[in-house]
Amino acid sequence: MSTADRVEFTKEMKDYTILAPNMLEIHFSLLINVFGQYGYNVELLRNDGRAVVDEGLKYVHNDTCYPALLVIGQLIDALNSGKYNPDKTALLITQSGGGCRASNYIHLLRKALKKAGYPQVPVISLNLSGLEKNSGFKIRLSMALKMLSSVIYGDLIMLLKNQIEPYEVNKGETEKLTQKWIKDISADFEKGKGYSFFEIKRNLPKITKTFAAIPMKKTDKTKVGVVGEIYVKYSPLANNHLEEFLFGQDCEVMVPGLLGFINFKVDNRLEDIKLYGGNPFKKIAMQVAMWYLAKTEESLRSAAGAYGNFTVPAPYAHIKEICTKIIGAGCKMGEGWLLTAEMMELIESGYGNIVCAQPFGCLPNHIVGKGMIRKLKEMYPQSNIVPIDYDPGATKVNQENRIRLMLAVANENKGCAHSCEGCTHCE
Amino acid sequence: MRIGMDVGSTTLKCVAIDNEGNIVYKAYERHFSKIAEKSAEMLSDIVEKNPQFAKASLTVSGSAGMGFANSLGLEFVQEVYATRISVSRLLPGTDAVIELGGEDAKILFFTNGVEVRMNGSCAGGTGAFIDQMASLLSVDPLEMNELAKSKEKIYSIASRCGVFAKSDIQPLLNQGARKNDIAASIFTAVVNQTVSGLSQGRKIEGNVVYLGGPLYFLSQLREAFDEGLGVKGKCPENGLYFVALGAAFSSDGTEIDIVETTEKIRNAKESGEYLGAKELFTSKEEYEEFSRRHARNSVKENCPISKGEQVCIGIDAGSTTVKAAVINMNGEIVCSRYVPNNGDPVTLIRDFLADFYRDYPDAVVASSAVTGYGEEIIKNAFAVDFGLVETVAHFTAAKKFKPDVDFIIDIGGQDIKCFKIRNNAIDNIFLNEACSSGCGSFLQTFAAAWGYNIADFSKLGLFADRPVDLGSRCTVFMNSSVKQAQKDGASIENISAGLSISVVKNAIYKVIRAANADELGKNIVVQGGTFLNDAVLRAFEQEIGRNVVRPSISGIMGAYGAALYALERMKGKSTLISAQELESFEHKVKAVTCGKCSNNCRLTVNTFSSGRSFIGGNRCSKPLAKKNETATQNMFDYKRELLSEYGNTVGTRELIGLPMGLNMFELLPFWHTFFTQLGFGVAVSAKSSRELYVMGQHTIPSDTICYPAKLLHGHIEDLLARGVENIFYPCMSYNIDENLGDNNYNCPVVAYYPEVIRSNVGELKKINFMSDYVGLHRPKDFCKKIYEILSQYFDGLNPKEVKAAADKAYKEYNGFMKKIHLKGMEYLEAAKKNNLPVIVLCGRPYHLDEEINHGIDKLICECGATVITEDSVSPLVKKFPTTVLNQWTYHSRLYAAAKYVAKQGDDDLNIVQLVSFGCGVDAITTDEMRTILENDGKIYTQIKIDEISNPGAVKIRLRSLFAATGR
Repeated sequence: MSTADRVEFTKEMKDYTILAPNMLEIHFSLLINVFGQYGYNVELLRNDGRAVVDEGLKYVHNDTCYPALLVIGQLIDALNSGKYNPDKTALLITQSGGGCRASNYIHLLRKALKKAGYPQVPVISLNLSGLEKNSGFKIRLSMALKMLSSVIYGDLIMLLKNQIEPYEVNKGETEKLTQKWIKDISADFEKGKGYSFFEIKRNLPKITKTFAAIPMKKTDKTKVGVVGEIYVKYSPLANNHLEEFLFGQDCEVMVPGLLGFINFKVDNRLEDIKLYGGNPFKKIAMQVAMWYLAKTEESLRSAAGAYGNFTVPAPYAHIKEICTKIIGAGCKMGEGWLLTAEMMELIESGYGNIVCAQPFGCLPNHIVGKGMIRKLKEMYPQSNIVPIDYDPGATKVNQENRIRLMLAVANENKGCAHSCEGCTHCE
Repeated sequence: MRIGMDVGSTTLKCVAIDNEGNIVYKAYERHFSKIAEKSAEMLSDIVEKNPQFAKASLTVSGSAGMGFANSLGLEFVQEVYATRISVSRLLPGTDAVIELGGEDAKILFFTNGVEVRMNGSCAGGTGAFIDQMASLLSVDPLEMNELAKSKEKIYSIASRCGVFAKSDIQPLLNQGARKNDIAASIFTAVVNQTVSGLSQGRKIEGNVVYLGGPLYFLSQLREAFDEGLGVKGKCPENGLYFVALGAAFSSDGTEIDIVETTEKIRNAKESGEYLGAKELFTSKEEYEEFSRRHARNSVKENCPISKGEQVCIGIDAGSTTVKAAVINMNGEIVCSRYVPNNGDPVTLIRDFLADFYRDYPDAVVASSAVTGYGEEIIKNAFAVDFGLVETVAHFTAAKKFKPDVDFIIDIGGQDIKCFKIRNNAIDNIFLNEACSSGCGSFLQTFAAAWGYNIADFSKLGLFADRPVDLGSRCTVFMNSSVKQAQKDGASIENISAGLSISVVKNAIYKVIRAANADELGKNIVVQGGTFLNDAVLRAFEQEIGRNVVRPSISGIMGAYGAALYALERMKGKSTLISAQELESFEHKVKAVTCGKCSNNCRLTVNTFSSGRSFIGGNRCSKPLAKKNETATQNMFDYKRELLSEYGNTVGTRELIGLPMGLNMFELLPFWHTFFTQLGFGVAVSAKSSRELYVMGQHTIPSDTICYPAKLLHGHIEDLLARGVENIFYPCMSYNIDENLGDNNYNCPVVAYYPEVIRSNVGELKKINFMSDYVGLHRPKDFCKKIYEILSQYFDGLNPKEVKAAADKAYKEYNGFMKKIHLKGMEYLEAAKKNNLPVIVLCGRPYHLDEEINHGIDKLICECGATVITEDSVSPLVKKFPTTVLNQWTYHSRLYAAAKYVAKQGDDDLNIVQLVSFGCGVDAITTDEMRTILENDGKIYTQIKIDEISNPGAVKIRLRSLFAATGR
């Protein structure tokens, strides 16, 4: 890295409070517990509202993508709150790497910290690409495995929760069970259990079993899928509490999990070698990683289908196959072809009503989101996709109005909800 | 019995339908945001006139109706969907509907499955946009429609957002273009916006129906649509009520007690919490103390004139207002004027001068100067002695009030100008770029919407208890924020204060982008008409936490500065036209098309009495036919010339089309050589032009993507039109590694745009479109991979010849880059020898395209500077640490060029960076460029470009830059 003078997170800083932005409630709750077990005191930030946006606007170019603005705003807002001692606080942020401008979040954050008067605060990069190293922050193999396990558990729980919660008979039951599992899994991790391949394989169906036991009343709800730029798609702060809104509109929401994204990121390296040539050893290493991921994914899928009648996500290999018919597997920046693939997968599994959530002016989304909608409409005439832009100036009213339109069309596709005489769509 | 109600962003529409399906009542009214009140009124009216509707179904639709429908539990239906229902029912056989509303634009397709499109968060081209443009012409929309009827020609005006369009229209007005033509051009712009923004690759054809207020009322807008789409659309009798009708039809028929519901609506507390900001003043006393403090910064006005006393005249022909000031030899004001521009600055100045000559017959004009958008035309019309750039005028004036001023912010009607002063020279200029508007005219638009003048409207906010926090962004977004705040019960006082605060926030955080007040400076002078509003001034002081100086003549500082400038440079006798000459003053305007080059600029030729003239609308100096100190060394020209050597060729194999844009632009020497070596013929797409763009605009899927990407659709259409059956346009995650950064990526758009083209240009299915992924950064692998790729499409290639062709191609490309570098060095040296300033005009390779850069390179040459490019100096720089991730090939060159310029320490060597609007990557590079340059005390200058050109704003920057570097 040629980046000028960054503050490293050293061994002496182990007692620091490490602040991290929140993206996915279930996954991240599991993850911070893992961090805690290895002596890192990580805290998820939950500050919300206009103050976060305003802080972000002060320090980040307003044309920069909205997630960067929010994450940076949230971290600085937290430092300003006085709750944390800036001399004893570090920040943790993911860094995806790749040709998208998102790889620059961490640099923008450092610039912002300097401007805001916190030059001493170290920023730790959490990445899969070995972009930056910190002597005080090492991820051991067991920790890495636990982190991966957190993603897998998180994906399953999220998948089930999304399909049960809208229909639960006893309000709050699904959420309670979710919290119980977060506690239990973390406790297992603490004991050094629950993260080997076989343990995961054993545990996953148990989770499905307990969720399947929750009494449900199946009513006719609109099934909506959510895809998009990874942060905006998942984070309620960024997407103006999209899921909440959709629940309020009597929808069931499907959000693709995180494992697919990890698969995609690893696979990109293989694709690069395939397309442009490269180190054969790296190729083998990546193939091994892909093999392991495929096996874990398989156990996740079979667990999801083990009890109840839940929609099981298609395997990574499958969605890659269907998607590369319309977009190259080399399209890898940001969410890359995966975003298009997720839309296709959602459509094929009955979630053809889709909100594609992206930061205003998101570059990869011009290609893989908005750029592919016409093609998808051609392939799947029943698909009903609405792209929604998020940025500091966009209003909720405007966004919700557009989503409502998508929902109105969805309801019509379901069979007309309004029994108006003479309407040609009520046959 | 059904009632349908459509609560739009500006109007309320209501219909009542009896059981036989007859419309017994319909009403259309502006609601001025008093939604509940007006709705209740209308409902009472229905029942009063038609008692049978006391029991009826009631369905609400429309963006502004969502709130109260929800809170009262009324039936609600989304408005586009409502339109859909009514069209299916009333106009069967319709293929497409175009509906324009107050703030939205929609297209509905009916054939082969219903598809609905709504405008995105960039909401130009709507009713509000038309209103705004009409007010710019000082007419109402209906009058504008009348004007458009006798059009002669169409100008290109951007309609993506009001700000863009204004900056297109204002220069036209100032140059004297006919209002009739501008009116018609505005309608055409709306059509283009709707088509390019909403059709998204689907052609609008067949039976087209026009709905919504603007299309209903404006016949010329309909005509523009007919023309643009090549159809004959119809506007049904109840065109205004289709949403309301759809709402009524959509109900399941459950009737409710309308009288009771009406009462509920009337009493509906439009509840909800809006975000509040700090109040501006807590007490009258505080305000008085504030007023006293600012009263101190004044200059003597209305000074009497004695016989034969010399005076200087300063004129500021701004974009929305025209200002003039006459001063005596002590710099005190004799008289002044501040009037709205009304699109005719010449007449206004003539009147001013006539009044002046009449009222002060004793005065002798010793000198005069003019500044502002209309500088050129005024200077020519009245033979003004000096012309100067606005920034210099404002600085001159500000010094008079605060000699140690180090920061000036001027918020005018259309623009925000801020600049820092260092070593008594203008250092860093911030202008509001296309999307960060929020200036005076913005307050004015809102004030007018509520029926106030701007001063009264702004005063309302002074003692607001809880100003609305509206954030900061462009006007269109602001409209919906205000709407939401209103719905949440914010009073007009609180909204007024909120708007004032947002103007300030916009200036500080969007335009200047300061992190804290100290960054601005210690001795701040604020000026411009907008600061005459105490609420704005107070908000500014609050936001930066520091007291500032507002001169009493804040509104005419530009004119005052110009007068002082004239005074400093007084030569004894002014050239300004005399009182007698003024009496016979004449001004004629003619529109012609310049045929001196392929740009075919539409010119407005102004001729004045005594033979002076002024030509506007030109992109270069050719039509002016006057000698100036235009520098001839322009690397942009050189590079274009080099590239033009790679033209269409015929080969022994198939013909391959190469679209000249994005990643192909600079790599043309490579691919051209590669394919010709292999024996293929090559067809290079035509030179970019507006027409080329329009050819491809119906297949653009994302309306917010950068213009270079949009333009690529035109290049593909061009190749298709020429019958090319093989098009090669590869995806490239990586570009050639020049060892200047940590990686060698392309930006996502440049890398993957071929995917968008493949998926959105339907015609490509019929031909061989090759968009394979290639990696030129690994030459050895490239030979193998490209062989495999091409063999999929063509027979008879062998690896050896491919390898040989690739070797040749790399050599050609390297030679091409080398030539650029050497030529750059040559120009640099020549400039040094001849003591000429040099501008390193930085951007992406495709910014060479004249349709993309709008001739900015030539504009710089006209200012007398040599133009070189970033890639001609970047080879001189070794990789160095940056504060951002340096990972894009094209952008690494930018950093390197900045570093080179910073390290030379030569006042005559400066950087100007071209940035495409909507380029997300440049949000990062611009900041970094600034940092690199400012670390070494250099000035950073950025020019934003889009599909429109605004040479006026560009000139301000360039002239200020030259003024600051002592040129």
